[in-house]
Amino acid sequence: MIPGAFEYHRPKDMEGVLAVLQEHGDDARVIAGGHSLIPMMKLRMADIPHLIDLQDVQGLNSITVGDTITIGAMVTQHHIIENHALASAAPIMREASLQIADPQVRYMGTVGGNVANGDPGNDMPGLMQCLDATFTLVGPDGEREVAARDFYEAAYMTDREDEEVLTQVRFDKPQGGFAYEKQKRKIGDYATAAAAVQIVKDGDTCASASIAMTNLSDTPIYSEDAGAALAGTTVDDTAIEAAVAAMLGDIDPTEDNRGPIEFKRHAAAVILRRAIARAWSRA
Amino acid sequence: MNKEITRQERADALGGMGCKRKRVEDARFTQGKGNYVDDIKLPGMLFGDFVRSPYAHARIKSINTDRAMALDGVVAVLTADDLRPLGLHWMPTLAGDKQMVLADGKVLFQGQEVAYVVAKDRYIAADAVELVDVEYEELPVVVDPFEALKSDTVLREDLVAEDGSLPDGAHGPRKHHNHIFTWEVGEKDATEQVVSDAAVVAEETMYYHRTHPCPLETCGCVASMDKVNGKLTLYGTFQAPHAIRTVVSLISGIEEHNIRVVSPDIGGGFGNKVGAYPGYVCSVVASIVTGVPVKWIEDRMENLMTTAFARDYWMKGKIAATPEGKITGLWCHVTADHGGFDACADPTKFPAGFMNICTGSYDIPTAYLAVDGVYTNKAPGGVSYRCSFRVTEAVYFIERMIEVLAIELNMDAAELRRINFIKKDQFPYQSALGWEYDSGDYHTAWDKALKAVDYEGLRAEQAQRVEDFKAGKTRKLMGIGLTHFTEIVGAGPVKNCDILGLGMFDSCEIRIHPTGSAIARLGTISQGQGHATTFAQILATEIGLPADNITIEEGDTDTAPYGLGTYGSRSTPVAGAATAMAGRKIRAKAQMIAAYLLEVHDDDVEFDVDRFVVKGAPEKFKTMKEIAFAAYNQAIPGIEPGLEAVSYYDPPNMTYPFGAYICVMDIDVDTGVTDIRRFYALDDCGTRINPMIIEGQVHGGLTEALAVALGQEIAYDDMGNVKTGTLMDFFLPTAWEVPNYETDHTVTPSPHHPIGAKGVGESPHVGGVPCFSNAVNDAFRAFGLRHTHMPHDHWRIWKTANELGLHG
Repeated sequence: MIPGAFEYHRPKDMEGVLAVLQEHGDDARVIAGGHSLIPMMKLRMADIPHLIDLQDVQGLNSITVGDTITIGAMVTQHHIIENHALASAAPIMREASLQIADPQVRYMGTVGGNVANGDPGNDMPGLMQCLDATFTLVGPDGEREVAARDFYEAAYMTDREDEEVLTQVRFDKPQGGFAYEKQKRKIGDYATAAAAVQIVKDGDTCASASIAMTNLSDTPIYSEDAGAALAGTTVDDTAIEAAVAAMLGDIDPTEDNRGPIEFKRHAAAVILRRAIARAWSRA
Repeated sequence: MNKEITRQERADALGGMGCKRKRVEDARFTQGKGNYVDDIKLPGMLFGDFVRSPYAHARIKSINTDRAMALDGVVAVLTADDLRPLGLHWMPTLAGDKQMVLADGKVLFQGQEVAYVVAKDRYIAADAVELVDVEYEELPVVVDPFEALKSDTVLREDLVAEDGSLPDGAHGPRKHHNHIFTWEVGEKDATEQVVSDAAVVAEETMYYHRTHPCPLETCGCVASMDKVNGKLTLYGTFQAPHAIRTVVSLISGIEEHNIRVVSPDIGGGFGNKVGAYPGYVCSVVASIVTGVPVKWIEDRMENLMTTAFARDYWMKGKIAATPEGKITGLWCHVTADHGGFDACADPTKFPAGFMNICTGSYDIPTAYLAVDGVYTNKAPGGVSYRCSFRVTEAVYFIERMIEVLAIELNMDAAELRRINFIKKDQFPYQSALGWEYDSGDYHTAWDKALKAVDYEGLRAEQAQRVEDFKAGKTRKLMGIGLTHFTEIVGAGPVKNCDILGLGMFDSCEIRIHPTGSAIARLGTISQGQGHATTFAQILATEIGLPADNITIEEGDTDTAPYGLGTYGSRSTPVAGAATAMAGRKIRAKAQMIAAYLLEVHDDDVEFDVDRFVVKGAPEKFKTMKEIAFAAYNQAIPGIEPGLEAVSYYDPPNMTYPFGAYICVMDIDVDTGVTDIRRFYALDDCGTRINPMIIEGQVHGGLTEALAVALGQEIAYDDMGNVKTGTLMDFFLPTAWEVPNYETDHTVTPSPHHPIGAKGVGESPHVGGVPCFSNAVNDAFRAFGLRHTHMPHDHWRIWKTANELGLHG
């Protein structure tokens, strides 16, 4: 648990960050809260000759809430939980954040780190897909935007280039009922199965639904078909089972200490049923 | 003010036995002022780190240290070849086996120590580890003990003679090259006869999985050889500092008087810090070679993967009974997986520890136990994780067998226990497997526990729940876990308990200072148990000086009297007894001094709380404080100056704490998630020294029991890779996972212990594990389940429910 040697950079602005990234390419990595990166370095599974700390970079710490919500990359999960405007506008953010790790980790863990690292166990990527968020990436050629639903390629592999920094996430103020349901072995654990659900209700029927799953594939899984299975229904048992079946068609869990594949598929179904029921009850 | 109140006030002022004295240790622990091994920083200190095997079984073809030695700051890289001339490439284990210090031609488990790098700082050492080039040739891996006993693969060539025959091991003949010992207790033929003749027999095989004591502080040491005066100082996380000193002397050849072993503050042990590890030997050698201090501190993964594990017992049982449920016999066979070396920490004559306490709290006339130890490609160990020598395994076995028998008899498990308990008037009780239980009152404890939780009400609620479940009204089942455990702790009588030939007595030395304060030193070492608090309470009551004026010191072999250390709940039963006995020697001399000062005969004064009074004239007295001063400033005819005493206590018997635990658990059949609604723990540890510390011990022990029962395991894949090497996968409960505990007690003093105390630190773990497990099993009893193995984590519970057809 002793990392290899590395250079520590602490630029004051994004130009400084990009300069180090350009100079060192994939020998450099930015660090936000460090909860994914530092363990990897201590296990010597990640060899990072140049570590760029984003703490002093201005403009990455804000949360703005309106019809559109933007959250800076350095906003911590603790900030999300404490921000009343955000909790009111997008309560699923608070519900999900409260299920991430423990308070000590949440004081350090950031939105940017959580979504950018590409760890399939992280909760924010699935949540961002459920909310159809857009990520802003800044690189040597300027800014570009990528949909969360297009960002994840494989475990720890994303659309982000080595010389880019993810600076903020943005999504429209979510509508309707919500639920973030997560089964885990203990506080601090990644999900055995987790589901993010937003449902818009129109009268007695579901107008639209958005469903994403966490830690059940090597990327988060946005299940368009599962959401579609609920749309236009009264979210009765038949509709829920159709949504669950659609979701099961999209996930591809692997066996680990949380259990064999069969169990994970079972848990995913149970968790999604519960998430849909809770979101529908709030819609 | 009447006399009685005054006397009570004087007693209260002492802070002696029975009061909830606050832990004196906590001021420094809660303010970050503890002094642990890793806090020790000596001038010029170097740092050690290990190259460890990635393979579970492999031959080592070559080790090349050139690249590592070329790294700036690297001082030495030790391999087995460097240790061989010193005879230190192997070391004796506590179980009579020997163990490689550094890989000698092969490795036997993943994480085994292959080379030891010494460098000027911790980071360079870690960098150099990556630069040691080891060429391995993989060998077939054996991780299943039953396969091991059939396998052609020889794990320990060193234990096979050149002609292929198998020399006897430390515990007798060996049946196979991967077999370590067979240990038998009790009457085999008679027990098998009882079983075959019995009206009812319940059989079950249960696996007590491999787990690991997980102290917050990992193992480590600082070795400092002073080449000028020839003295070695070894600071370390040692649960038995004196035994370590003797072992270091025996294997290094350094005279014992030239070795000082110091255990500073220790952040939990739970058995993990009893044994001697390669890190200690290598650090000592490195300090001897370099002439400067060398520190070695293992990280969490090294701790989980390589230092001593616990359990890994396959237990097959048969329990015989009459149709009315009276137990007539118990048969048990254990296949014990010891890993690559037999490094169990048990008294020499007990290769499976006190597994023969497996008749439990029950009057079982005939019994037989056989244990076969087996080598596999797993880490060595087999320590008693928060228990006395395999007692956790024994209690789990009998408490599960009782439940299985209750199913066989279609009987209530609480009632089955009640009709088989050893009765109060049967104590001292001779068990069929050779123990003499000192005291107990099981029926009283059991009835109190059942009443406290409204047992009948719980069963009625459970029956309703089953009906509701079957009717589709709920997806949650309810389990009621019962356990009545009897421990055997306080090892132990020198006549049958020794470790490496060292009798398992313990000791206390007391010096009273002229102003009426005192220091007492013991052969034990606290790892969080609060010895500085409780031993001072024992002394306060025994010698009449305030506990706050008594310093307790442990862990420095240059100053503390020889003792065998702290594990197996032996501190209070053995060192606590020594403390009381040494206190009584102080009191005896004080009595003579008091009589002289009061100008009466010795027999005419008597001890009264904090003073000696003239019999019949309580207004004439000398306080202990006055007596202490007199001991140092008066020439008293026939009495030496000073007031000191030492006692080495060889206990006449073990102590047998017991308890009644009940767990109420709700289980989500669909997710396998468990919710402990209630946990009631009644402990009888004899005389209670500090109720608050007892309660803390019970909370901690139950939490470790919860961990083990519900998920804490060291799991291997077929290639011998450790799957649970970090705290992400090795389950350590947080406050969130821990339920509220209700504690209760009865008091049945030990008749042979000077103050009647029995020890409590491990009881909650021993009793807790089967209680949690029984709750899970009980939840599914109505659906035909007899037994499901621990750990009861989510997916395994789901699997159980699935196999019972509960998922539709």
